[in-house]
Amino acid sequence: MKKFLLTASAATIALAGAVGTAAARDQIRVVGSSTVFPFTTAVAERLGQSGEFPTPVVESTGTGGGMKLFCAGVGESHPDFTNASRAIKDSELEDCKANGVTPVEIKVGFDGIVISNSKAADQIDLTKEQIFAALAKNVEVDGKVVANPYTNWSDIDESLPNTKIEVLGPPPTSGTRDAFVELVMEEACPEAIEAADGCTEIREDGAYVEAGENDNLIVQKLEANADAFGIFGFSFLDQNADKLQGSTIGGVAPTFDAIAAGDYGVSRSLFIYAKKEHVGAIKGMEEFIKEYTTDAAWGPEGYLADKGLIPLPDDARAQQAEDAQALKGMGS
Amino acid sequence: MTDTLAGGATPQNSQHTNDEARARLRKRYAAESRFKWLGAGAVLLSAFFLLLLLSTIVFKAFPAFHANQLTLPLNLSAENVDPDNLTGSNYDTIVNDALLSLFPQVEGRQERRQVRGLVSSGAPTLVRQALQNGSLQPGGTVDHAVPMDDFSDLYLKGLLAADSTETTVETLQNVAIDGAEATLSFSDDSLLQTARAAGAVEEDAGALRLTTGASSIIAYLGDGAVKLTAVEPGDTGVVARGSILSPVVAEAGGPVRLRVIATPEGQRKISDREIVWVDQLEADGRTASAWNTQFLFGGASREAEMAGIWGAVVGSALTMLVTLALSFPIGVSAAIYLEEFAPKNRLTGFIEVNINNLAAVPSIVFGLLGLAVFLNWFNLPRSAPLVGGMVLALMTLPTIIIASRAALRAVPPSIREAALGVGASKIQTVFHHVLPLAMPGILTGTIIGMAQALGETAPLLMIGMVAFIVDIPGGFTSPATVLPVQIFMWADFPEPAFQQKTSAAILILLGFLVLMNAVAVVLRKRFERRW
Repeated sequence: MKKFLLTASAATIALAGAVGTAAARDQIRVVGSSTVFPFTTAVAERLGQSGEFPTPVVESTGTGGGMKLFCAGVGESHPDFTNASRAIKDSELEDCKANGVTPVEIKVGFDGIVISNSKAADQIDLTKEQIFAALAKNVEVDGKVVANPYTNWSDIDESLPNTKIEVLGPPPTSGTRDAFVELVMEEACPEAIEAADGCTEIREDGAYVEAGENDNLIVQKLEANADAFGIFGFSFLDQNADKLQGSTIGGVAPTFDAIAAGDYGVSRSLFIYAKKEHVGAIKGMEEFIKEYTTDAAWGPEGYLADKGLIPLPDDARAQQAEDAQALKGMGS
Repeated sequence: MTDTLAGGATPQNSQHTNDEARARLRKRYAAESRFKWLGAGAVLLSAFFLLLLLSTIVFKAFPAFHANQLTLPLNLSAENVDPDNLTGSNYDTIVNDALLSLFPQVEGRQERRQVRGLVSSGAPTLVRQALQNGSLQPGGTVDHAVPMDDFSDLYLKGLLAADSTETTVETLQNVAIDGAEATLSFSDDSLLQTARAAGAVEEDAGALRLTTGASSIIAYLGDGAVKLTAVEPGDTGVVARGSILSPVVAEAGGPVRLRVIATPEGQRKISDREIVWVDQLEADGRTASAWNTQFLFGGASREAEMAGIWGAVVGSALTMLVTLALSFPIGVSAAIYLEEFAPKNRLTGFIEVNINNLAAVPSIVFGLLGLAVFLNWFNLPRSAPLVGGMVLALMTLPTIIIASRAALRAVPPSIREAALGVGASKIQTVFHHVLPLAMPGILTGTIIGMAQALGETAPLLMIGMVAFIVDIPGGFTSPATVLPVQIFMWADFPEPAFQQKTSAAILILLGFLVLMNAVAVVLRKRFERRW
């Protein structure tokens, strides 16, 4: 018994000793958006496979959380890159500058947000106005703002199926939800509701189901319920094309080509930001940027396209690659 | 006790003389038997759900434990590989050349790309590692097995394109080949029905076109394969046109095997051409299903076929070690002091209430505390098992203290009195007599706490352990992740193969838990004493 306790306390003391010697960092650290996470991890892995550098550690903190960590300062305890599913905000840029951080912006591609349902049901054609009418908390009926009265899709438009409105989507904490609200809800918002400041409010009467951040779960639920629709990123539709179909929005189907060409109305740009001050101090940062911006990675035939990233047009890609490799910092 | 009541107190020979009393008695017995049945039902129901849960997980996880490998003839001669500089060679080219040598007919960029897609993108790295650790010797052309791509692997496991049917047509009359196109003439028209059933589009004069939305029809002639694109009535039967997927010999005779794959090509992650290739490789004996060592002993990866659990297992083990090393001695010491030595006053009462409350605090709060104190104040590294272990130790401490105090309290006072009576000091009494007797209870509490800590994800979120980390952690301060976090991340990846990995990782986590429990049971048995 005595021995047991002695060993345990010895281990504790040994641990306490280890605390003082936190090793210096030889590994790139990336934080930020969960949407960009799958792409950045793929690039990180390739860099690691080259055998010259340890594989970068990529953390999924969400765009906002990532920006906060990224802009907090310069030094080993701060990350070198952040993923973002939207452009950096002015307030965040100011925060960065105040802490001596110069971000280098790299637009890496697009992500389409799709509304899809099970293959067992028909594919439907929606407009942004119809989506707004189906999902907004308050809608305009005969010039008056009322709580959303629609229960079936056919209440909104007779061409739509006569089934209950049931949409599974991301919760308010999600970047996908923010993008969806910005690209669909705010765009299709009638003036009367805009005046009442209700464009971003999604109904809470059960027609919209917050299905958590796990998109695979939404996919499974859609398979089980042919009447339901789900909102998620294009890559999940792409990987589950045998079970699901994307609804067309404004007549355009969410396909790889339509999103890449900018025809599909609900797509957003994805970014990574590099910390200029760390280049040179942390080994492998330039190589990481280079790996990310080669056509073998982010090109139309690259491995990131296989993971669901929709590439930028050729000239934009060339320009981004050039700016990134020249480390063109923002506001410097 | 209930049995004697139920058996002995029958209404005839009891003192319950009037009908009302007998009715009351019957009611009591009825209530008792209802309760028994309900209780048994509850146990059965939970057993059923547990079984359902476990069997779904095991069933889903099963395919992840074995993987298909492709044996490639790698050219490792001196011109490709320099034995003195193994890292300098271009292994991508070596693997690609080996693959293309298996498909001499393949031309064109798009097709070459598809061929490359048959094996894992991690294959070049694995070849390099095999050369470096000596399991593969350079020089000449050597056969070496590399993992297949996740979709080829799923196809071979029968999980993609499982909805295919086969028929045989005996009436092939003629085969004409024009470049990549082939025209097949049949003397009967049964193929028209097959094409119609596959969802072909009807055009003028009864011609059927198989568009991208229709099921795939592949015609096998000997070794060759043709994907049919159009079927139309001909002079004596039907004429089918199609593109050649695998070289067809023009004079091929004999029966034609028709394979209808119900899911249209555009909607599955493996194309008709790849299916034909993979089938060919399987027929050549180049593919083999083996234990998925990559899954068991590899680090994390974005490629489903390369993703392994070992990094998370090591991370969990390191984190648990830190948690145990901190929470067990501190928790037990605190319990001994509070139970045996501390005066019973307002202060100790206050501490006691707080410990009980801490046990019920949501775990994420400990994560936030860890972020504020360990990372921001002490400047400890992010994503490290050390910090993870410290946070989890904070979470586990109240559980251990409460359980240890209960165990100490359960030791009969006579033991203490006897020890004190023969002249032992207070500390000798506790450490020589009370603590060993309380140990089984203390260990039970510790195991409950550790099991809870093993399954935690939320507190680790705040301190950066929810991260993509490929390298196996080498120590307490190197970046690491843990098993539940790995499960959490895999559950969120879109590639279908990761869903099996998720279930398999759950099984590994359960195994880890059982192992931990087994150690505790052995220890408990050693300390246990009965009166």
